[in-house]
Amino acid sequence: MTESLHNILVAIVLAPLIGSILAGLFAGPLGRKGAHTVTIVGVAIACLLSMYVFKRIAIDEIGVFNQTIYTWLKSDGISFEVGFLVDNLTAMMMVVVTFVSLMVHVYTIGYMSHDEENWPEGSGAGVNSYQRFFSYISLFTFSMLMLVMANNFMQLFFGWEAVGLVSYLLIGFWSVRETAVFANLKAFLVNRVGDFGFILGIAGVLMYFNTLDYASVFAVAEQHKDLTMNIWGDEQWSVMTVICILLFIGAMGKSAQVPLHVWLPDSMEGPTPISALIHAATMVTAGIYMVARMSPLYELSETALTFVMIIGALTAFFMGLLGLIQNDIKRVVAYSTLSQLGYMTVALGVSAYAAGVFHLMTHAFFKALLFLGAGSVIIAMHHDQDMRNMGGLRKYMPWTWGTSLVGSLALIGAPGFAGYYSKDSIIMAVGASHLPYADLVYVMVLAGVFITALYSFRMYFLVFHGEPRMDEHTKEHLHECPRVVTWPLIALAVPSVAAGAVFVSSMPFGDFFDGAIKVAHEHDTLAHVGEHFHGWFSMFLHGFVALPTWLAAAGVGTAYYLYMKRPDIPAMIERKLSLVHWVLDNKYGFDAFNQGVIAAASRGLGRFLWKVSDLLLIDGLVVNGSAKSVGLLAAVTRHLQSGYLYHYAFVMIVGLLALFGIFILQ
Amino acid sequence: MLENYLPVLIFLVIGFGFGAFMMALGFILGPRRPDSEKLSPYECGFEAFEDSRMKFDVRFYLVAILFIIFDLEIAFLFPWAVVLREIGMFGFVAMVIFLALLVVGFIYEWKKGALQWE
Amino acid sequence: MDLTLTSFAPAMPEMFLLGMLSLVLVVDLFLTERTRHITYILSLLSLAGTFWLVLDGYPRLPELAFHGSYINDPMAALLKLFMLLAVMVVLVYSKEYIKQRDMYKGEFYLLVLFATLGMLVLASAHTLLTVYMGLELLSLSMYAMVALRRDNVDASEAAMKYFVLGAMASAMLLYGMSLVYGATGTLDFALMGEAAAKLPTNDVTMLFGIIFMLVGVAFKLGAVPFHMWVPDVYHGAPTAVTLFISSAPKLAAFAMLMRIFVDGLGELHQQWQGILIVMALLSFGLGNLVAIAQTNLKRMLAYSGISHIGFLLLGVLSGTSEGYAASLYYAITYVVMSLGGFGMILLLSRAGFEADKLDDLKGLNDRSPWFALMMMMLMFSMAGVPPFLGFWAKLAVIQAAVGVGLVWLAIAAVVFSVVGAFYYLRIIKLMYFDKPESDAPIESSADLRILLSANSLAVVGLGLFPSSLLAICSASIG
Repeated sequence: MTESLHNILVAIVLAPLIGSILAGLFAGPLGRKGAHTVTIVGVAIACLLSMYVFKRIAIDEIGVFNQTIYTWLKSDGISFEVGFLVDNLTAMMMVVVTFVSLMVHVYTIGYMSHDEENWPEGSGAGVNSYQRFFSYISLFTFSMLMLVMANNFMQLFFGWEAVGLVSYLLIGFWSVRETAVFANLKAFLVNRVGDFGFILGIAGVLMYFNTLDYASVFAVAEQHKDLTMNIWGDEQWSVMTVICILLFIGAMGKSAQVPLHVWLPDSMEGPTPISALIHAATMVTAGIYMVARMSPLYELSETALTFVMIIGALTAFFMGLLGLIQNDIKRVVAYSTLSQLGYMTVALGVSAYAAGVFHLMTHAFFKALLFLGAGSVIIAMHHDQDMRNMGGLRKYMPWTWGTSLVGSLALIGAPGFAGYYSKDSIIMAVGASHLPYADLVYVMVLAGVFITALYSFRMYFLVFHGEPRMDEHTKEHLHECPRVVTWPLIALAVPSVAAGAVFVSSMPFGDFFDGAIKVAHEHDTLAHVGEHFHGWFSMFLHGFVALPTWLAAAGVGTAYYLYMKRPDIPAMIERKLSLVHWVLDNKYGFDAFNQGVIAAASRGLGRFLWKVSDLLLIDGLVVNGSAKSVGLLAAVTRHLQSGYLYHYAFVMIVGLLALFGIFILQ
Repeated sequence: MLENYLPVLIFLVIGFGFGAFMMALGFILGPRRPDSEKLSPYECGFEAFEDSRMKFDVRFYLVAILFIIFDLEIAFLFPWAVVLREIGMFGFVAMVIFLALLVVGFIYEWKKGALQWE
Repeated sequence: MDLTLTSFAPAMPEMFLLGMLSLVLVVDLFLTERTRHITYILSLLSLAGTFWLVLDGYPRLPELAFHGSYINDPMAALLKLFMLLAVMVVLVYSKEYIKQRDMYKGEFYLLVLFATLGMLVLASAHTLLTVYMGLELLSLSMYAMVALRRDNVDASEAAMKYFVLGAMASAMLLYGMSLVYGATGTLDFALMGEAAAKLPTNDVTMLFGIIFMLVGVAFKLGAVPFHMWVPDVYHGAPTAVTLFISSAPKLAAFAMLMRIFVDGLGELHQQWQGILIVMALLSFGLGNLVAIAQTNLKRMLAYSGISHIGFLLLGVLSGTSEGYAASLYYAITYVVMSLGGFGMILLLSRAGFEADKLDDLKGLNDRSPWFALMMMMLMFSMAGVPPFLGFWAKLAVIQAAVGVGLVWLAIAAVVFSVVGAFYYLRIIKLMYFDKPESDAPIESSADLRILLSANSLAVVGLGLFPSSLLAICSASIG
C-alpha cells in the first residue's frame, strides 16, 4: 500500500521540477506555448495526484506515510535524507499548494501575455521572460512541496531556502526596474534575519536530540521538557523555549510577522500571479505550517506560545490599520495578508493549531482569489494600480466583480463563507485561552475584524462602484479579461465559499489533525470551544448573532458611508488626524528605522571591515601577501625541473639517501 | 642462511682474482721498451684512415637482439625436456602454448621485415 | 600435481586478454592503413571481453592461483574493472589524435594492450616476482609508447628520460625485493608478513629493503622526490600517450603499493608510515606549488597529478581499512578526472595544433559553451569543490588521516588544496573571462564528444551520489 504511494509522492514532487527545468533550460526551442504547456501539465499532474493522496490519506485513512526516499549522506551518525512524511496536515497542504499553483499557472498565461511591454526596448534580460516566469513558478511549486512533505529538518530547511530563493527571483522579476531590485534585496535581507534564527533553531534541535528526523525528535521531546541551557552569564534558559523561539524567528521572516514584515508589502513589485501564489496563498504560510508541524515542541513551552501569540496579535491589528490608507490596490491586499497571517499566528499561540491551519487553507483560496481579481483589474487598467484612478468597474468586468465580492466577503468573515468559519474559530479559541495577555489579544483580534471589513470594502467600493475616474483612453479599452484569467477566478471562488462549511466540523473541531498536531490537554482551547459546536449550519446561524459578524457589518457600513456617500469625510479625517495619518503613512517607521539605523549601521560596519580588515589586512597582507609568496615560491621551485636527465637521477639518489638518513640513522 | 651464498662469493672472488692476476702477470713480466715506431698507430704500413671504434650497421643489433630473445626462450626447452616425464600432459600443453606465443612473435618479426637485410 | 582448468580461473581475464592480444598482433600484420579500424575495434572488443570476464568472475572471497602467486580478490577485480574502462576510454579519445599524427599503427594498440595486461597482472600479484613481472610488462610498453613518434624531438627526449629513470627505479625496486627476500626468506605475500613480524624491530636489512621498494613504487606513482620524470614525460609524450600514462597505470601503481605494503608488509606499518608521510607532504606541497607557475596545460596537469598522489598516499599511510578504501576511492576518482582533463586537450587539438597551452583555453566559453562547462566541472572537481566527485575523495582521505591522529598532516593537506585551487580556478577564468585567441571550430568526432561529456558528467553524477562508489570501495577492501 505505502509502496504505491511512494512512487506517487515522488511523481508529485518531480512533475513540477521537470516542467520547470524544461521551461527554463529549453526556453528557446519550446517557445511560449511549449513552456506554459509543460509547466501546466507538470503542475496539473501534481495537483491530481495530490488530490488522490489526500483521498487515500485523509478519507480512506490508510495511515501516515513516513519513509525515507533517498539518503544523501551520513556523517558522524547523522543522516541527511530526503524523505516524505504525509499525514492529513501534509495532504491538505499539498492539495492547497498544487491547486492554487495550478490556478495561478493558468491565470499567468493571460497576465503575462504582453510581458514584452514590461521590458525596455532591446533589453537582454527580457529575452524569453515569459518562459522564465513559468519556470520559476513551477520551481516554486516543487520547492514548496518539498517543504511541506519533508520528514526531517534538513529537507524542511532546503525547501525553506528554495522557496525563499524563488521568491527573491520573482520579486525582482522585472530586473530592470530599480524598485523591484530594491524590493527583492529587502525581502532577501529580511529573510536572512529570520533564517538565521531558523537555522540556529535547527542546530539546537540537532544538538539536543542528535537527529533531524521529525518522528524521532517528537518521540523524545517530552523528555527534554525540563532541560535548561546556559547562553551567557549564569542564567538558565529552557532549551525548549530557546529552540521554539528560534524556529519561530524563522517563521516570522517567512510569514512576515512584526517586526520582520517589512518585506512583504514591497514584494508587490513582482508580477501579480506570484503575489497571489507566493506572497499570499502558500509561501508566507510556510511559517504557520512549520509551527503547526512542530506543535509537539511548542506545546512544551508556554513562554514560546505566549511570544507567538503576542507577535501574531500585533501583526493582525497594526498591519490591518495600515491597509486603510493605501491607494495601491495590491498593497491593500498585501496588508490584509499580513493581518490575516497575524490571525493564524495568534491561533498557533493559543494552541489552536488546527484553527490556524484551517484559516491558512481558506485564506489561501480567498486571498489568491482577491489577488488574481486585483490582477485582473490591473490588466484591464493597463497596469495602473492606483485605486484613485478606478471606480465603477462593475459593469465592465462582471466576472471579476462577482468573484472579488466573494473573496471580500470571505475575507471579512461574512457568515457562511469560508473565512467566517476559520476566523471565528480562531477568535473563539483566543477567548478560551488562559495564556497571559490573552484578554488583550482577544480585544485586538476583535478590533481587527472591524478594520478588516473597513479596508476590504473600502477597496471594493473604490474599485467597482462609484464614478469611473480613469482617463478616457483607458476607459475605452476597458473590458473583461480573457477566459484564462476569469476561469481561475471562478475556480477559486468555489472553495472560497464552500471550503469552510465542508471542513469546519472535521478540521478545527474534529479529529482531522489528530496525530499530526499535538496539543497538551491544558492548552486545548479548541476542545473547549468545540463543546459548543453543533455542526456547520448551526454555526452559520449563530453567526448572525455573534459579535464579530456585527463588527464586520459595521466595517462594511462605515466603508460604504465614507467612500460612497461622503467621500469628503476621509479627506477631513486625514487633515484632522494628520499625526496618526503620518504615522500610518510611514508604516510606524519600521522602514525608516531599518534604513536609517540598521542598514546604515551595517553599511558603516561593512565599510570599516572593507577598508580596514578586508583591504588592508586580508587583501593586503593575507591574500595578496600569501599569493605573492606562493607565486614566488612556485617560480623558484619550478627551476628544480632543469630538464637534465642527470639532475633528475641525482634528485632520485638524494631522495633515497635522505630517506635512509631519516629512517635508518635516526 | 647467508652461508648458502658462500660458494657464490668464493666463485666471484676467484673470478675477479684470476682476471686481475693474469693482467698483473702480463704487466709485471712483459718487457717494456717503447720507441716512436712502436707507439704510433699501425695499419698495414699506412697511416690510420679512420677512428678505430668503427660504427656498426644498426641491423646487426636487431639481428643480435632477435637472436638473444629466441635463443633464451628456446633455452627454456632444455629443463622442460628433462622433467617432461614428471610433469606429463600438463607440461606438454603448457609448452605448446608457450611455443604458440613464440610463433606469434616470430610471425610478427617476419612480416615486419626484421629478418630481411635490405 | 592436481591441475585442472578451474585452478586457472582467477587468471581467466588475463589469459583471455593475452590470447586476444596475439590475435590482434597477427591480424594487424595483414591490415593496411585503410583497414586499420579493424585493429581498433578488435582492441576494444578484447578489452570489453576482458571486462566482462572480470565482472563475471567477481570474487566474494580471495581466490588464489599458480601456487599462491596470483590472487583474485574484490580489490583486484574492482581495480581491473576501472583499469579496463579507463583504457577503453583512452582508445576512443585518442583515435582521431593518433590518426592526425602518423601514429595510427597497430603498435599503438598492441602496446596499450600489453601495458593493460601488465596492469592486470600487477593488480592480482601475490608474490614479489609477479609484481615485478607485471611492472616490467607495463613499464616497457609505456617507454615504447612515449617513443612512438620517433621523429619528434620532445617525445624522444621524454622517452629517453623515462626509460633511464625508470630503469633506475626498477633496479632499486628489485634490489629492495632481494633485501626483503633475504630478510624474510619468502617472496609470497601470504607468508611475508608473518616472517617480517618475527624480525627484531628496526631490522636494518628490512628497513633498507622497504625504502628501496618504496622508491620503486613512488617512482611509478610519481611521488616527490621521485617525480622528476612526470612533468617532462607528460609534456613530451604525444597527448594520447599522456592520457594513457596518467590514467590506468596510476591504478596499477596503487595496486602495487597495496599489494606489497599492505598485503605483504602490513605488519610493518609503523616502519613505512613515516616514509609515506614525508612523500605525501612533499607531493601535495610541491605539486600544488609548482603547478601554479606552469603555462603548459599538460605540465600543469602533471604537477596536479603529483599533488593528487600526495592525497592518495594520505589514505594508505593511515593504515586502516577505511584509509585504504579512501585511497582506492581517490585513485579511481583521480583517473576519472585525469581522463577528462587530458581528453579535453585531445578534443581541442587538431592536425598540426596541440592545444596544450593554457592560453589555448582562452575564451573557450565563446567557442563551445558546453565543453567550457564540462571543463569547469572537471576543474572544480580536481580542486575539490563540493559537490563534485573530487571533494568527496579529498574528504575521505583527509578523514582517514584525521582518524589516526595525523591532524597536522590533514591540515597541511587542506592548506595545499586551497593553494591548488588557484590554478584550477585560473583555467575557469581563462575560459570564461578572456577573449579567445582563435575562433577555429572544434573539430572532433562525435564519439569523442559524447564520451567526454559523459566522462565530465560522471564527475558531477558520482559527486551528487557519493556514497555508492565509496561503499563499493569499502566493500572491496573488506
